[in-house]
Amino acid sequence: MFKYTALCAALFAPLSAHATIDEDLRAMREQIQQMEQRLQQAESAAQQTGRLATSSEGSFNPAIALILSGTYGQFQQDPAIPATGFSMNPNNTGYLRSFSLQESELSIAANIDPQFRGIATISLAPEGGISVENGYVQSTGLGNGLNLKFGRYFSGLGYLNEQHAHAWDFVDQPLVYRTLWDNQLGEDGAQLKWLAPADMFIELGGEIGRGRGFPGSDRQNKNGAGSGVLFAHLGDDIGIEHSWRAGLSLHQTKRENAASDNVPDLHAALVSNRFSGDSHTAGVDFVWKYSPNGNFRERYLKLQGEYFRRNESGTLIYDTAGANTSSSYAVTQSGWYLQSVYQFRPAWRTGLRYDRLDPGTPAVGAANVGNVISNYAFSPSRLTWMTDYNPSEFTRIRLQLAHDNSRQGLADNQLLLQYIMSLGAHGAHQY
Amino acid sequence: MKKILYAFLLLLISGNAHAALNVFACEPEWAALTQQLAGNQANIYTATGALQDPHQVQARPSLIAKARSAKLLVCTGAELEVGWLPVVVRESGNSAIQPGSSGYFEAARYVTMLEVPTRLDRADGDVHAGGNPHIQTDARNFLPIAEALSKRLIQLDPANTTFYQQQLTVFIQQWRAAIAKWEMKAVPLKGVPIIVQHRGFPYLNNWLGLKQVAELEPKPGMEPSAAYLGNVQNELQQHPARMVLRAAYQNGRSSEWIAQRAHIPAVIAPYTVGGTPQAVDLFAMFDDTIARLLAGLQ
Repeated sequence: MFKYTALCAALFAPLSAHATIDEDLRAMREQIQQMEQRLQQAESAAQQTGRLATSSEGSFNPAIALILSGTYGQFQQDPAIPATGFSMNPNNTGYLRSFSLQESELSIAANIDPQFRGIATISLAPEGGISVENGYVQSTGLGNGLNLKFGRYFSGLGYLNEQHAHAWDFVDQPLVYRTLWDNQLGEDGAQLKWLAPADMFIELGGEIGRGRGFPGSDRQNKNGAGSGVLFAHLGDDIGIEHSWRAGLSLHQTKRENAASDNVPDLHAALVSNRFSGDSHTAGVDFVWKYSPNGNFRERYLKLQGEYFRRNESGTLIYDTAGANTSSSYAVTQSGWYLQSVYQFRPAWRTGLRYDRLDPGTPAVGAANVGNVISNYAFSPSRLTWMTDYNPSEFTRIRLQLAHDNSRQGLADNQLLLQYIMSLGAHGAHQY
Repeated sequence: MKKILYAFLLLLISGNAHAALNVFACEPEWAALTQQLAGNQANIYTATGALQDPHQVQARPSLIAKARSAKLLVCTGAELEVGWLPVVVRESGNSAIQPGSSGYFEAARYVTMLEVPTRLDRADGDVHAGGNPHIQTDARNFLPIAEALSKRLIQLDPANTTFYQQQLTVFIQQWRAAIAKWEMKAVPLKGVPIIVQHRGFPYLNNWLGLKQVAELEPKPGMEPSAAYLGNVQNELQQHPARMVLRAAYQNGRSSEWIAQRAHIPAVIAPYTVGGTPQAVDLFAMFDDTIARLLAGLQ
């Protein structure tokens, strides 16, 4: 109450009235200053956003991404046993029994200048050792639908070949990729692609390289090229819900002294062989994707399949450590897979894959007819089911069960748990 | 056989030989704006449908083929299309639309961005370094974007300068009048508390004065758990909201869940041209957005 009277008295006193006006003025001045400050802040913020909005990959710093991945595997049979009839092919499953770290992938990408973009993917093997998985330069300014790539890259053949392991829909590659391409054909060389100026996607491409990856046997201190690839891709949409791509690929290389160990022979022994000759592979691939309203965040269905057929003919040296018998050798191996992945709600997917291989019936020269197995009468196959949970686009946790019947008399039930995590920049994914 | 193949190829190539300016619009709202500004001078292809989440689009072969013949790419930018556009642009082998060239237009560069993060950490969910990219929900943003886009059209097709200038003048005039009309209509929305399903409406809120009290995603881009939705529901008892808002392309599960329990309407905003049957063009898109918000108040 006393305060109130004092306030009233002060208000009516002329001296203090002066003071009030002064105070008001000061308050107004302060307000104006504050407003000016806010305006300046807003202006600088606007300028800043102007700068930020340009989508550059981290202002001159390259985009750096690290993929961490690991598995827990449980198998009834030793994963190192190759598929029947494919003991002269690679058998790099990429997984082990029990807990294991998989390859950690460090990738660095940036525009080099207005003409080129560079990408390097460094693979850190769990057992130690560093290898360059990809290290290539890509043109960005050629125009006319032309794309030039050179360095070390995954070949553009097939559909799965260019995809990095972290983008695979299953823990491992289909058997046909594992045996005919050592999971993925990596090449040192150059690739030129041309996209036709049409409404439909029509892409033609060619590659020459040293023949680094299997079935190439590297260019052993020789000039020239050791392998060649040709491919064609067609693709389009059907309405807004369906899209597809189909492809045709040809690959050829000359294999020289390609050595394979632990090859079973007709004498029930394991020997080391060496093959030299021509290798020609043809393949077809297709993928079809469907999503209600084309909204891939909610639900989608993906169906894909590939078929490869390889013809090799040349000279086989049987048992290089012992008999060392040389004869002619020709074989046609083939394989296919069909798989489907269904995202039934955001973050959850499930998939099924069927694999099949045909080891062919090798034509073996007279000298080795009694040594080399030429009739397996068995077609390796495998059925795989997976489901994965993706709480964000940087995390994937997967369960995979497989019934592997790729080794005669050694049917195997396999369980794999896998995590794939991506840290840092996350580039756009290919179709 | 070869002859047939060549004839087929020629047919495909010739089908595309049209003099108009080929425009590749990433989202329907930019296709609609380009249509307003370029009329028949442009041949516009829209890369995403109104019911597709533009964050998650596949770099489909058809998109690469369409980008190959584009003279101008009109996209939101601010990393909205970061998951697919870089592949499309690279694979197109089209030097006219590479980032930094005059054929690469990012609308987000011409407006004041909101929610520019002060820290960049994936622990915060799907945040965009350049700020929230959903700029098309504030009608006022279309004025500077239209001016910049018109300039770009003139730069690429100087022969039709007068035409583009006329189109721009007409558009700006109509758009200013429309904004005044929308703002009048939207007066009752000022200060109305709302819940959003995804953090996609800061520009709309900023424009019409809606007050966002909760989000249905624990972090941007992450699906909510039942426990999280339960928390939101509890909070609503202290800070009630009048409606729950989502974009047409979003699944209504979490919106409907909250709407039922909190007894508030779930409102769908067209979000882009074509998002609702009423949103046939840019003007109708905002007519419909405001009509639906007002209907949510009743």
